Amino acid sequence: MERIVLAIVDYDAGNLRSVQRACQHVGISDAEITADPERVRVADKVIFPGVGSSESAVVTLQARGLDDALTEYYHSGKPLLGICLGSQIVLDHSEEGDKECLGLLAGRVKRFQLADASLKVPHIGWNSVDIVRDHPVLRNIKSGDEFYFVHSYFVEPADEATVYGRTNYGGEFCSMLGRNNLFTTQFHLEKSGRLGLGILDAFKEWDGTLPC
Amino acid sequence: MLSKRIIACLDVRDGNLAKSIKFVETKDIGDPVAKAREYYEDGLDELVFYDITASSDKRNIMLDVVESVAKQVFIPFSVGGGIRSVEDANKLLWAGAEKINVNSAAVQRPDLIDECSHAVGAQNVVLSVDIAQVDVSDRVPSGYEVVINGGRTPTGRDAIAWVIEGEQRGAGELVVNSIDADGTREGYELKLTRMVAESVSIPVIASGGAGEPEHLYDVLTEGKADAALVASMVHYGDYTVSGLKRWLSNKGIKVRLKY
Repeated sequence: MERIVLAIVDYDAGNLRSVQRACQHVGISDAEITADPERVRVADKVIFPGVGSSESAVVTLQARGLDDALTEYYHSGKPLLGICLGSQIVLDHSEEGDKECLGLLAGRVKRFQLADASLKVPHIGWNSVDIVRDHPVLRNIKSGDEFYFVHSYFVEPADEATVYGRTNYGGEFCSMLGRNNLFTTQFHLEKSGRLGLGILDAFKEWDGTLPC
Repeated sequence: MLSKRIIACLDVRDGNLAKSIKFVETKDIGDPVAKAREYYEDGLDELVFYDITASSDKRNIMLDVVESVAKQVFIPFSVGGGIRSVEDANKLLWAGAEKINVNSAAVQRPDLIDECSHAVGAQNVVLSVDIAQVDVSDRVPSGYEVVINGGRTPTGRDAIAWVIEGEQRGAGELVVNSIDADGTREGYELKLTRMVAESVSIPVIASGGAGEPEHLYDVLTEGKADAALVASMVHYGDYTVSGLKRWLSNKGIKVRLKY
């Protein structure tokens, strides 16, 4: 059996074991939760998950040297999957705590400002994702499939070409983002049933390159 | 657009699935892990487990149940019952629960909500409130009173004031459980659910009284709930989760149909 060394980045942001269990379920048996920047650098694949506040998350990443490790890993060209808070921190800047983030991708993180008072923040629950363009990790899902969201902030990338999915919540926001070997989902694919696991299963097979 | 959620509630006692009627009698009806998996495969959106184990030395059984569920069920689930500290909450989250659910202990010591919210994040803290209808009074101006200990003990607290305080203290979601309706299968307490939904800005999960698909429709529309909790109507096989969702979808409610 082909062995995959997958690192799940631990920066005290949420239940990483859910991500690890989902990995095991799709056959990635050696998914390792790690706070060690060296493990991240040498991994064949990295998942950057997270829930909570980007303000404290960025501080913890820096304190552990994981910010540099993630940046180096990204530039190595190996596959990197961001989930929820992880999908936000890869951008330049977050409104949450007015914080500079990793800057792997140009854009900003903004808080929902909804005109419709009946729409609640955080956006919690199952919502559909419209696929804007194809990607190798999306081969098991279709446009309109639903996934589980929990968030108060959303990503606004500078380059439209990095938007892979959109979701409507009092207006459209970017729910899937990608560039080169980086792909991110705002939703929790590890808590989104068979379809969420389908994305993880496709990520398992992805080598980080995009078809021309 | 966000879908309305159908959430199944599983009462667990000593590791077995139990169902209460009017909060008093309980009987065991099977294995909670198998049931959770069955509902997950049938398109359930979320699960709630209430640990109603009486003796504290058997509490670790619940952690085993949570571990087993987390390995097989990849939708969010919360666990309540017996959480009195951040340490209790962390044990359950580590075992695999997505959210923790606080109820009586939070009424007795409201700081528990702040502490849990700070430690694990507001989005992972669900405040469950058991509520009984009473005469309107100065202490209970809404006519709905918070009750604790499985509905047996009145608290003198107004339910609407308490849910507002709960949100301010950092609860991320609310379960509104009418003990008058619980187990009757005659429908949710619509007026109460709507009053709560209009008083807070966090999601409201209606609980207690579901017996027919119409009841779900009513509470998700007139009751303004974001999610509907079901128990006996699916536990005994009278309805299936997928059947309920198809029925609601045909009535124009947006629910998740592909899973």
